[in-house]
Amino acid sequence: MLPDATLNQYLILSAVLFSIGTAGVFLRRNLITILLSVEVMLNAVNLTFVAVDRYLGSVEGQIIVFFVMTVAAAEAAVGLAIVIALFRHKDTLNPDAFTSLKW
Amino acid sequence: MDGLYFWIFAVIAVLASLGVVGQRNPMYSVLLLIVSFGALSGLYVLLNAPFVAAIQIIIYAGAIMVLFLFVVMLLNVPTEDPVKGYHVKLLGGAGPRHFGAVLAVALVAELVWAMSHLRLTAMPESAGTTSSVYQIGLKLFRDYAFAFEATSVLILLAMVGAVILARKEN
Amino acid sequence: MMAFLLENKNFIAQLLLIGFVFQVLQISAAVLVYFERKIAAWAQQRYGPHLVGPSGSLQPIADIVKLMFKEELRPRGADTFLFYLAPILSAAAAFGAFAVVPFGTSTTLFGLLDKPLALEVTDVNVAMLVIFAITSMGVYGVVLAGWSSNSKYSMLGALRSSAQMISYELSYGMSLAAVVMLAGSLSLRSIVDAQAGYWFHVIPKWYVFIQPIGFFIFMTAGVAETNRAPFDFPEAEQELVAGYHTEYSSMSFALFFMAEYINMFTVSAVATDLFLGGWHGPFLPSWLGWAWFLLKVSFLLFFYIWMRWTLPRYRYDQLMEFGWKWLLPMAVINLLATAGIVLGMGW
Repeated sequence: MLPDATLNQYLILSAVLFSIGTAGVFLRRNLITILLSVEVMLNAVNLTFVAVDRYLGSVEGQIIVFFVMTVAAAEAAVGLAIVIALFRHKDTLNPDAFTSLKW
Repeated sequence: MDGLYFWIFAVIAVLASLGVVGQRNPMYSVLLLIVSFGALSGLYVLLNAPFVAAIQIIIYAGAIMVLFLFVVMLLNVPTEDPVKGYHVKLLGGAGPRHFGAVLAVALVAELVWAMSHLRLTAMPESAGTTSSVYQIGLKLFRDYAFAFEATSVLILLAMVGAVILARKEN
Repeated sequence: MMAFLLENKNFIAQLLLIGFVFQVLQISAAVLVYFERKIAAWAQQRYGPHLVGPSGSLQPIADIVKLMFKEELRPRGADTFLFYLAPILSAAAAFGAFAVVPFGTSTTLFGLLDKPLALEVTDVNVAMLVIFAITSMGVYGVVLAGWSSNSKYSMLGALRSSAQMISYELSYGMSLAAVVMLAGSLSLRSIVDAQAGYWFHVIPKWYVFIQPIGFFIFMTAGVAETNRAPFDFPEAEQELVAGYHTEYSSMSFALFFMAEYINMFTVSAVATDLFLGGWHGPFLPSWLGWAWFLLKVSFLLFFYIWMRWTLPRYRYDQLMEFGWKWLLPMAVINLLATAGIVLGMGW
């Protein structure tokens, strides 16, 4: 039987997920996948909040998670709208294609 | 028992997240991210936060990811553009991306090192979950009422912004 | 072995209960198909199925046998993995949502068990949120089916359904929130128990009498969520062949079909728990509460089927307009009014 997970384990898991998200933002050349990687990062942070919350026995962290989720929803809505607008102009989702500020 | 569940969910979350990042087909990326959200939701249940676990599924998996799926389907760009000039794989290739990936690996190494040297380990005994939704509600609508209202304005702005941005100009 | 069984009677009973619920849900789909066809026939002055078994009652079994022996077709260019995953997701979400729905008082099975066994698969104190979460997963089955089929009809059906389900989920959630406010709990069992008793010894304390608008919104949104007529746009035979499951055949089609009927059953069961007092009712002793529950669910299911065969279908833009411009504002006003009353009356 495995011992119960400690706070450190949760924090390390969160660090790993955050780094995976960071790597995704740097590595991918698809705007949608980049947005998804940002979501992975946000979720890693959420996990930290909830784990520390459990450690301290408070509910503030869960409230912050709630706010992070609303911000993520807003980010996804606007981000995807921009992706659609960009795709209409250039017919690609490669971020390297968007080099001009105005067209 | 909780320890076993932690490892199951942790492994699923990490593998699914790796899949999200390493996948060329955005459709599969979105689906793997949903799997990762499910695993995280399981972790939240283990952490005595059933409310967060539920809204994780409702908001993230049920709403935000549907939005992503919708856009992937609508744009119909199944796979990433083929690379021109140089070849980039996960942790391979050249250029600033390579540097970024190295930085990400350095970040995980540093964070893991820092955290393994922390002294705060064992979780305290839980106080029970029955009232957690009630407590969150009280805190949210009393102490954080202003922040809550601010997020509703943010959502409204995002909605207006999304409509304007995605609209066809004519 | 025998000692183990005797010592863990409650555990065994719980396992049996889970299996029982699973079987009942499956059978309910078959029974519903039969009644759907019979009621349709009644509405259109036909006989309906009448050849297999007494008044055609074995027709569903014949259908299942037929579906099992059909060839499993897969369109060229389809994404194999997602094509087969989609119906499984649909059915899993349909079954999963019922896991937290209670359907009767706790029972010891006439003293057979040491501890009373709650008549539900599992008791979660955020049951309402869990139901909402699992039903919101159902949309993936539909969307993936549409996308992976590589067919324009499936694709259109999937796009429509995701828009429809998301639009109506808002009103659905808001009508749930009003009930949660009245009961002051997210646990379905507490919500049902809050509806026990009578006003003036006559009117049962069901929330449908306090929340008639909430009930209307819940049922309307529930019909839209389950993609049933008059909101059956994801399928829309007249325009989209069969919508998201156009390309499916054999048992994968049967899974979608079953998921639709189980979803209907779940929506009716949740509506019964939330608005119609669950297993509380006059005349019957409390251990027969599940009979009341079944009766109320059957009534709602009949209503569901009846509506399909009497109401004309909406047009897609009308559906969106109704959802956003009428149902959602109505749900918001209902929620605010309920909040005001709960606050003012100090319930």
